[in-house]
This record gives sequence, structure tokens and C-alpha cells, in this order.
Amino acid sequence: MAELDLAEVGLRAVNQQLHALSRESNDLDWRLLNPLGRHSIAVGLDAPAKVTVEGHAGFYCGGMNKQAEIIIEGHAGPGVAENMMSGTVRVKGNASQSAGATGHGGLLVIEGDASSRCGISMKGIDIVVGGSVGHMSAFMAQLGTLVICGDAGEALGDSIYEAKLFVRGKVESLGADCIEKEMTPEHLETLGSLLERAGIDADPEDFRRYGSARKLYNFDVDHADAY
Amino acid sequence: MCGIVGFFTKNPEFESRLGEHLSSMLIEMSDRGPDSAGVAIYRDPAPKESVKLALFSADDAFPWKPLAKEMTKSLGHKADVEVRASHAIIVVHGDLDGVRAWLGEHHPELRVMSAGSTIEIYKEKGLPKDVVRRFALREITGTHALGHTRMATESAVTTQHSHPFSTGLDLCLVHNGSLSNHNRLRRRLERDGVEFQTDNDTEVAAGYLTWRLRQGASLDEALEAAIRDLDGFYTFAIGTKNGFAVLRDPIACKHAVLAETDDWVAMATEYRSIATLPGADKARIWEPVPARIYSWGRA
Repeated sequence: MAELDLAEVGLRAVNQQLHALSRESNDLDWRLLNPLGRHSIAVGLDAPAKVTVEGHAGFYCGGMNKQAEIIIEGHAGPGVAENMMSGTVRVKGNASQSAGATGHGGLLVIEGDASSRCGISMKGIDIVVGGSVGHMSAFMAQLGTLVICGDAGEALGDSIYEAKLFVRGKVESLGADCIEKEMTPEHLETLGSLLERAGIDADPEDFRRYGSARKLYNFDVDHADAY
Repeated sequence: MCGIVGFFTKNPEFESRLGEHLSSMLIEMSDRGPDSAGVAIYRDPAPKESVKLALFSADDAFPWKPLAKEMTKSLGHKADVEVRASHAIIVVHGDLDGVRAWLGEHHPELRVMSAGSTIEIYKEKGLPKDVVRRFALREITGTHALGHTRMATESAVTTQHSHPFSTGLDLCLVHNGSLSNHNRLRRRLERDGVEFQTDNDTEVAAGYLTWRLRQGASLDEALEAAIRDLDGFYTFAIGTKNGFAVLRDPIACKHAVLAETDDWVAMATEYRSIATLPGADKARIWEPVPARIYSWGRA
């Protein structure tokens, strides 16, 4: 296992070392010390490395991740795992707004709460939140799955496309074109497998499913009130 | 953009390093606001029946000591003065209106940055680290403080337009965001006797709170009303003589993070400002929920 101290070597040097990793690298297990809320820690990785951030991260930690398993042993600032392609990002604490925004793939796990706009414009990423999410979560979500083990704030899934939303707690309100949908055995299986991968002990039967009514895909004046 | 910070001591042992902590927090927010910086520090209450004023002069060589002598002679009570770069803190026996009237008549070139019993405001154009050095902020002690680093978006870059803004006794407000209905609100408040020194939107928010408090509202009640009446994006940190509050608008576009330990409460636009405070790694940390008032006070 290798260690890098952000306070000593600086963000750029840390990210350069991580970018240099490949599948053949000798040491793929890294610990990053003293993150101190810095921005853009461990962004743009493209190797099957395990990177542990020992503390609280600032904005965009783990953004654009490909292949890597990134663990933040604290809270994460806005835009954690933004535009992730594959791999895993796990936040042990809470996450700020726009967690997993525009993510194309991979798994983001937030063990605590996520703030507003969690999964905004998600495009294939799976997100599992152990706690609650704030308002406008899954806004314009296109593909992927957002699992919320706690409650969801106002306007969940506003203008949603084909992403799947599962919520165990209360939903303050649903956004435009977002409706509750039937939970089929297939959905229970998808949800169960995601919870298991996320390491969160919850019964899929306790969740409700939400998704798009598909009325806003094309403009239709009869649906003007739904906008 | 802009960055805001706040530090409120719960354990008196932290009062001696208030300036040190505030300065570090402020400098960490330089990227968010490199054009001006300012702080409001609450400390050393003025004696009973006295007022404390923070005054600003555009003239670096302004004769502050002779001013104190002139005030002492003219007002019949001893005026104490402490100079800090372009600002001076004057403590004088008397009521605020009387002292203000005297200043307006004899020294209209001076600007009152803050007034009350414990508040002191220092603000200037320039990089936060330069403002910290110029005012020797690291050595300042006190109970609580707010700070602001400004990236101007809606009015000029001047000392006067820098934050914090104080329009009422010991009340001050720092703001990250922009208000959209400030012109209309300013006209309404002016009709009710609230005075403004600039065309800045944040000053309207400070004036609004002063107006509500003057009507007998508590700080929490004034902030509840602000959620209804102020339109725009904002994260506010508010200081009063004994208290500290944080409020985000109902959409919560503007970043904010709060941290609390048994010894202190800290607020900042970004966690990196809080990271270096002693005990930050063990603090309870959370993001303030939109349109919810968070407040702390001490007796």
C-alpha cells in the first residue's frame, strides 16, 4: 500500500501519480492523507486502483472515474463522482449537492445523507444513498438507478427520462412527469442486487418505485400543464 | 461567487485565537472572492451608556487622535480611539444618534462602518491575505466573527461596497449570492426610515433585518420574514451582539457547510475553510437545509 500526503505533495502531484497507474502497476492500493476539503481529489482515474481518502473531501472528488474504487472516509463536497464512467465511489459520511451528476456508469454509494440535486442528469450511473436526499434529486435523470434508503425532498425526479428511482422513506413531492410505478419481481431483484453491492442492509420490499410518465418526451399542448 | 465564513466560540478559551482562526478561514476563501474582503468582530463591549463606532477614512493619514480630542472636548466625555489601518474604533459616552449627528456635522468625510456595543467592522479592497495583514486581524480576540471575500457581480469594487454590511446596532450580515428584488425593497425600507450608504443588494438584506428587529421581531422571526420577502439566491451569515445565525434561500443554490464541536461553531462556503480549525476532523458537519434558520447564542 502506498501513501500520499496532500498537504505535502499537493493536489496536482497526487492526481498525476494516480493518472500514471495502469492495470500492470505494482501498487494499486493508495491512501491519500490530509485531504482537508481540497477540490478535485482523485479525479479522472483510469485504472483498477483502490484509493482511500482519509478525511473530508471538497468539490468533485472522484469525478470522471473509470475502473477505480475510491473510498472517502468522511464527507464529500458538491459534485462527488460527477460524470463517473465505471468503478465505485463510496462516501462514508454525507455528500453535498449534485452527487453523481451526469454519471454514465459505475456505482456511487453515500452511506450518510446526500443534499439537493443528487443524481441530476444521471446517464447510467447507479447511486445508493443510505440516508435521505434533498430537493430536485434525479432532475432530468436519463438512465441508471437511484436508491434512497431514507426520505426524498421536494420535486423528486422532475422531468425524468428512463432512470429508475427507489425510495424507502417519505417523498416530499414528485417533480413534473414523475409518477409512482409498480414494483415487479424484476425490479425487486435489481434493487436487491444494488443494495447488496452497496453493502446496505435493507429489505427491497420496503421500497416504492418511481419513474417517468413519459408525457414530456415530445411537446404536446395537451400536456402543457405538466411542464 | 464570494466566500463567507463565520466562527462562534462556545468555549471562552477560543476567544484569544478568534482573529487567528478567522484569518485562516478567510484566506482559504480567496479563490471565491479576490477583489475585497471584510470582517465583523464582536469583542470588548463598550461601557454602559457608551457607543462603539468603526469609522473609515479614505485618507490614509487621517488625524484620528486629534479627532478623539475634538470629540472629547465637544461632547463633554472622553472619546477613546484605536486605529487599525484605514479604520478607527471610537468608543464614546453618549447615544448613537447624538454621536452620529456630531460626526455628520463636523466630519462628513468619515463613514460609519458599524455601530453598537461590541461590533467592529474592517473591510477593504484587495486580496484577503492583504486585508488580513493590513488590519493585523490575526491578533484580534473576541467572542465571534464573520468574514467575507468578495467577487463583485452587481455593484462596484470599493471599500464601501465590500461586506460585511451593518445597518443596525451590533447587527451585521455577509452574503454569498444575489438578490433580485433589492431595488424595490430598498425604496420601501427607505420610506420607513432605514438608511443605506450604497446601492449594494446585500446592504438591503441587512437593512431589512434591522427594520424587522426595530419592529420588535426576534432575529429568528426577522429571518422567517426574510425568507418570504427577499427574492434571489443567498446564503447569509448573520451576527448579533450575542448570537450568530445562518440561512440559505429555499432553492439553496449557494454552497454552505456548518461544523460544530463542544468548543465552537463554524460556518463557511466550503469545508476547506473549516478544515484547519482545531478539532475540525471530529466536528459534527452538515449542509444547512434550504430555508431553515440555524442560530446560536450565548447569555
